[in-house]
Amino acid sequence: MVVQVSKAATVTLPSDEQILITREFAAPRHLVYGAFTTPDLVKRWWGAGLGEVTVAEIDLRVGGAWRYVMVPDGGPEVGFHGEYREIVPNERIVFTEVYEGIPDGEALNTATLTKKNGRTTLAILVQHRSKADRDAHLNSGMETGMQRALDLLEQVAASLG
Amino acid sequence: MARAATTTDAFNAVAEPRRREILDLLAVGERSVNDLARLLGLAQPQVSKHLRVLREVGAVAVREGGRQRLYRLNGQALRPIHDWVSKYERTWSARFERLDSVLEELQQEERDGGTGEQGRDRDPSQR
Repeated sequence: MVVQVSKAATVTLPSDEQILITREFAAPRHLVYGAFTTPDLVKRWWGAGLGEVTVAEIDLRVGGAWRYVMVPDGGPEVGFHGEYREIVPNERIVFTEVYEGIPDGEALNTATLTKKNGRTTLAILVQHRSKADRDAHLNSGMETGMQRALDLLEQVAASLG
Repeated sequence: MARAATTTDAFNAVAEPRRREILDLLAVGERSVNDLARLLGLAQPQVSKHLRVLREVGAVAVREGGRQRLYRLNGQALRPIHDWVSKYERTWSARFERLDSVLEELQQEERDGGTGEQGRDRDPSQR
């Protein structure tokens, strides 16, 4: 077996309109793809343990729609939906994503699956239309330009060891 | 978001682009106000004003260095910003931990010869 590496997802902000989420999985690519695109399986992980995923509809074809609804523990349900723009089975899915609480803030997501030594790296690049949308996505109260501060923060954190 | 234009937290302090430039410069080493003014192409009073804001939130510390006051970065004060991003990271980490268990099961099913029903009928490789 391959030596276990750190499991946590990495979140970075490559530009003012983007969020990049990366994570490696100890599983072959077709299974990660399957878990990502099969409704019954999505229901089991997408809620992150924060609540129950009650709806996971997936029409996996270009132009096809998807919709997930989650009921957070003790909270009102939250819905997300979008449309598939590009599908390369086991490799790449490009899809729009709208958080139904902010219907105007549509993002374009690119999920890429890369093989490495029997493992799979999943990278989800979330492209927002504006920095304001991105920051709303990050659930912030920020006014302007966090990215440079975060770059700096990374340097600082690294220097603190 | 109705955040008052005050200097009470690290978020506000770094919301101003010039202040972020100052932090960038101080990340490399100590600087005097005059140094900073020259590097940023700003007047010294403006730089002093920004430094005061950064000092109020603790992002910048100062010491007497001979004739000059030398400013340096205090990264710890930016911690709230780090924590803010980490919230998002935690959600995805929790999500992916669940995905790990799903994937383990799927692999087990494959090893067992695909007898499991869940997920098999929608195996993407067979679409």
